[in-house]
Amino acid sequence: MKKIMVGLKRVVDYNVRIRVKPDGSGVITDGVKMSINPFDEIALEEALRIKERGEAEEVIAVSIGPADAQQQLRTGLAMGADRAILVQTDKLVEPLDAARTLLKLIEKESPELVIVGKQAIDDDNGQTGAMLAALWDRPQGTCVSEVTFADGKATVTREVDSGLETIEVDLPAVLTADLRLNEPRYVKLPDIMKAKRKPLETVSLDDLGIALDPQLEIVKTDPPAQRQKGVMVEDVDGLISALKDKGLL
Amino acid sequence: MGRILIIAEHDGSTLNSSTSKCVSCAAGIENDGIDIVVFATSGAGIASQAAGLAGVAKVLHVDNEANANPLAAVIAPQVVAIAEPYSHILGPSTTFGKDLMPRVAALLGVGQVSDIMAVLGPYTFQRPVYAGEAIVTVEASADRKLVGTVRSASYKAAATGGSAAVEATSVDANLPTHSRYGELKAAASDRPDLQTASRVICGGRALGSKENFEMVFKLADKIGAAVGATRAAVDAGYVSNETQVGQTGKIIAPELYIAFGISGAIQHVTGIKDAGTIVAVNKDAEAPIFEIADIGLVADLFAVIPELESKLG
Ligand SMILES: Cc1cc2nc3c(=O)[nH]c(=O)nc-3n(C[C@H](O)[C@H](O)[C@H](O)COP(=O)(O)OP(=O)(O)OC[C@H]3O[C@@H](n4cnc5c(N)ncnc54)[C@H](O)[C@@H]3O)c2cc1C
Repeated sequence: MKKIMVGLKRVVDYNVRIRVKPDGSGVITDGVKMSINPFDEIALEEALRIKERGEAEEVIAVSIGPADAQQQLRTGLAMGADRAILVQTDKLVEPLDAARTLLKLIEKESPELVIVGKQAIDDDNGQTGAMLAALWDRPQGTCVSEVTFADGKATVTREVDSGLETIEVDLPAVLTADLRLNEPRYVKLPDIMKAKRKPLETVSLDDLGIALDPQLEIVKTDPPAQRQKGVMVEDVDGLISALKDKGLL
Repeated sequence: MGRILIIAEHDGSTLNSSTSKCVSCAAGIENDGIDIVVFATSGAGIASQAAGLAGVAKVLHVDNEANANPLAAVIAPQVVAIAEPYSHILGPSTTFGKDLMPRVAALLGVGQVSDIMAVLGPYTFQRPVYAGEAIVTVEASADRKLVGTVRSASYKAAATGGSAAVEATSVDANLPTHSRYGELKAAASDRPDLQTASRVICGGRALGSKENFEMVFKLADKIGAAVGATRAAVDAGYVSNETQVGQTGKIIAPELYIAFGISGAIQHVTGIKDAGTIVAVNKDAEAPIFEIADIGLVADLFAVIPELESKLG
């Protein structure tokens, strides 16, 4: 393979305790730690490992988001991506528009493989990878926990509800990374310094000829329903009688 | 108003319960009829199971060798080929539906509402975001087809006793050959299915080893429970991937859920919030799992599990 393209979304870090704004207009993102979506980090790690095995020549990290998403792309470069492209916009980009945008970049870069996370941990939509594969008219391997390549084909192991499923797809293809695909590396300080000199190109949606077409209006954001406070029991006997009281044993 | 199409999930012979949950969700959307479509090699048997779900008008089955296994790239164009009369197209929010439905949506040029947990209007839905730490109400445009996945744990199974018409049909679609099914490695188990069991026992990292995890299986067998696990336990290799419960595993809604040695990270808890009764056993009184537990016990699981097992004998 010559090129692998990886999508990196800037999201609220998974350790941040999410708080809904009192007026229901969204969640509080001011001043909270932002990171690469964990699944996208796994996607990038896999691309880097494929390259390090000598099976690809270049890894391009791309992000669609605000100017600050440069931070996540810089982290991606420090992990080992060769160059980065930021499609800069302050607007909310729905998965279908993200897929349309990524397709434009694919048309420019002609990668043989695109890897994105299976879902982003902010909107939890889990759509972009499969949508991109559909628009590109190419195969998809979603929820991937293992992948190998031979003869222009990928053999993909997918984590499905009933176990592990293997499929074979022709390249080019889109894969979406699941948690157990790999464990991403930590970036070291010298890599961060080196990454500063790697190319990071910024383009606009206009440059790519994309007009956003939002289809879902977010009317309101609420905190989840709270469960009633429970009881603490002292020992196993207490537990058994509490369960019997509820008719559960 | 329009008709609703549900894409059936099945294993080649048996309809998955997630399809029934989709029917319950669809019943809450004003409609002119709920149809189900089965893609299989010979789907008449599965279609007749679907026809028994109350509230279903018609069940279509599209028989084709290419449908022997669920490949999204192969099924999606067939869904698109029959999509015309429908205002809503729904699939389950299982790994089957999560793989297929966005591909269908993109081919139709529409967005998707993932993980529908409540229907507020024909185009207005509630869905979880941020691992269930926030719930958004979204409104889609009524001028376009609505493609959505249904969060199974939010719905009860549809009643049975229906008698929908079953119709074999063929579709005119170009099916790609770029994707080929290999095999499914399913962990053989005669235990209750995690997604539909009324009792679930979950184990976490604290179990410490595959051997120790056997305790959880033994107790589960004693009370007829299914077994689940946290990501930490799966990653550590104590149990296989299909037992993972949470944001990126299964979302379950048993009557009784018991957690042993689970801290209660939001990514896990989002998968159990719909349980009837949550029981937590953890040796750390400060563990976040106790914030959502109905019954909590601060104790060492290695003492509690054997004692429970003998006292429930
Ligand atoms: C993107 C992303 C997605 C994720 N998706 C999921 C998911 O789908 N499902 C999931 O489960 N996790 C998921 N996680 C991981 C999640 O954040 C937690 O790391 C995980 O749930 C912790 O598992 P645990 O509770 O088993 O382990 P720990 O957090 O390590 O907790 C172990 C608990 O056991 C208790 N303990 C220890 N010894 C004993 C004993 N002898 N007796 C009793 N109690 C004891 C400890 O007090 C502690 O509370 C995800 C994380 C990320 C970043």
